[in-house]
Amino acid sequence: MKTRYTFGGDEHIYVEMDEEMSLDAFFKSLSMSNAVRAADIPGVTEVCPANASFQVKFDPDVTHPDEMLARIKELESQAETAEKRMTTRIIEIPVFYQDPWTHDCVMRFRERHQDPSGTDLDYAARINGYDSVEAFIEAHHSQPWFVSMVGFVAGLPFLYQLVEREKQLEVPKYLRPRTDTPKLTVGYGGCFSCIYSVRGAGGYQMFGITPMPIYDPEQKASYLKDFMVFFKPGDIVKWKPIDRAEYDRITAAVEANDYAPRIAEVEFDLEAFNADMAGTNAKLMEALDGA
Amino acid sequence: MALKISKPGLSTSIQDLGRPGYFHLGIPIGGAMDRLALRAANMLVGNPEDAAGLEAVFLGPEIEFTEDALVAVTGADMPIMLDGEPREGWTSFTVKAGQTLSFGFLKTGARIYIAVAGGIATEADLGSRSTYPIGALGGVEGRPVAEGDVIPVGDSGAAGEGQTVSTGLRRGPTNPAELRVLPGLYWNRLTDAAGEGFFEDTWTVAPEADRMGYRFRGGRPLEFVDREQPFGAGADPSNIVDGCYSYGSIQVPGGTEPIVLHRDAVSGGGYFTLGAIISADMDLIGQLQPNTPVKFVKTDMDGALAARRDRRAVLQSIREELA
Repeated sequence: MKTRYTFGGDEHIYVEMDEEMSLDAFFKSLSMSNAVRAADIPGVTEVCPANASFQVKFDPDVTHPDEMLARIKELESQAETAEKRMTTRIIEIPVFYQDPWTHDCVMRFRERHQDPSGTDLDYAARINGYDSVEAFIEAHHSQPWFVSMVGFVAGLPFLYQLVEREKQLEVPKYLRPRTDTPKLTVGYGGCFSCIYSVRGAGGYQMFGITPMPIYDPEQKASYLKDFMVFFKPGDIVKWKPIDRAEYDRITAAVEANDYAPRIAEVEFDLEAFNADMAGTNAKLMEALDGA
Repeated sequence: MALKISKPGLSTSIQDLGRPGYFHLGIPIGGAMDRLALRAANMLVGNPEDAAGLEAVFLGPEIEFTEDALVAVTGADMPIMLDGEPREGWTSFTVKAGQTLSFGFLKTGARIYIAVAGGIATEADLGSRSTYPIGALGGVEGRPVAEGDVIPVGDSGAAGEGQTVSTGLRRGPTNPAELRVLPGLYWNRLTDAAGEGFFEDTWTVAPEADRMGYRFRGGRPLEFVDREQPFGAGADPSNIVDGCYSYGSIQVPGGTEPIVLHRDAVSGGGYFTLGAIISADMDLIGQLQPNTPVKFVKTDMDGALAARRDRRAVLQSIREELA
């Protein structure tokens, strides 16, 4: 890993832990962004952790950009030695793959895609070496995912799959971003899955949709009572494939304010995970059985 | 006191100076695109500078006043009419109960700011009344204003009409407009020739220009330094492992059409950014119409901070002029 510091205009400092994605880079960026928050440097207005990087927004009239950069750099060694473990939660998120709504959107923006002849799933399955879309979908939901960033639009989680690198799925983003994506689309770009929390522009490939709202300013759902945004970095997700009937059933329950996902508290330790991924994942998923 | 919206215009929204503090969850700062214009409009009617007003883009609204009010309109050059009689921009004027404020065709600039003494008093979400339609926050039930809306206005102080901001303190785009850029972020992805070409070429504002971002076209496609794409980034050379975006940052998906993120920015994503528009020129972007020719002008941190000081001095002059 090689840390790179750069300015984003005169009001931001951007710190890239590594060019490539890894959980080590994620944990270092999370530790360092926490350290920046705790350091309480005058002029800092926002600290935003991302997958393998983070950004600090600041007022250069309060602290000069060079001084701010020096103060942030001082915190790097502290972040390197921080523990890479956390108490977090695993959440089961229902997904209706190959649903009619994202399929319609896939077709509407075909000319912005690498391969206009098929669907996003056809393309993703092929370039990842799967014989069928079904086998690809199975690979997408069989092992849990780690929320490594929240952002893009309000409450959108980026998820990184907890599997060996050679098993990670990878797809490019659309050649040109779409101007529309259905709300709650389950998408994919680079090595990340995501859930589009709201309807809007997007560049990720579209695989399916969840009936579970994850952002609501009115906070109607029981699981959104604390805050309007559901996800936070460090959350673990297990996708559960569902069919149209189950999708409709959950949608009705959501509308009646009578839906809550299965959630269990778990420990995640990066060293233990790296030593035994299958075992760690099995334990994580078992926790859901009791939820 | 309330404003009755008889015609909403093209997209008229309630904006203040925004809601900092939630970008790490994807909720942008929002607020007026041209902050100086909103501040000036508020000062003209005796409001705190961060009071909420109306931002209208390209086409003005038509507003009926339920009570007497003190009003100021700043920003773009758009003829102002009160019951059909012209009023001056950047100047406070009184409105009588029952009168209607309307606008003629936009001349220069893109956005006007309408401040009413007392400030717009809709409910705030996460500390701000600014409209963020994607996240359904602020505004009128999370959306821009619509025909028939009745918008509450707070109690006002005692400012008088006829206050004006002198023309030398107002700012509009030149032709071509010049936007100063601090190269950085993923600038290292570009070849030297592409980096030079970006600043040499004249770009124009594309029709896709809104509060989230302004798109530009017309320059040569950018070429990237060859590399094996890092794991997780995606195969296109313009892809990166998704990271945070800076306000004002310039992304160029596929190397073809630069997009400058503005107040309602997405907070992160997977396209490389070559640097950012300096904070001093962000207001100016809010006054660019589609098809405006634009030159990106390279600067450094000292240049950016000097420009920032200049903008603060202008704001201070307006404060002193209206004190």
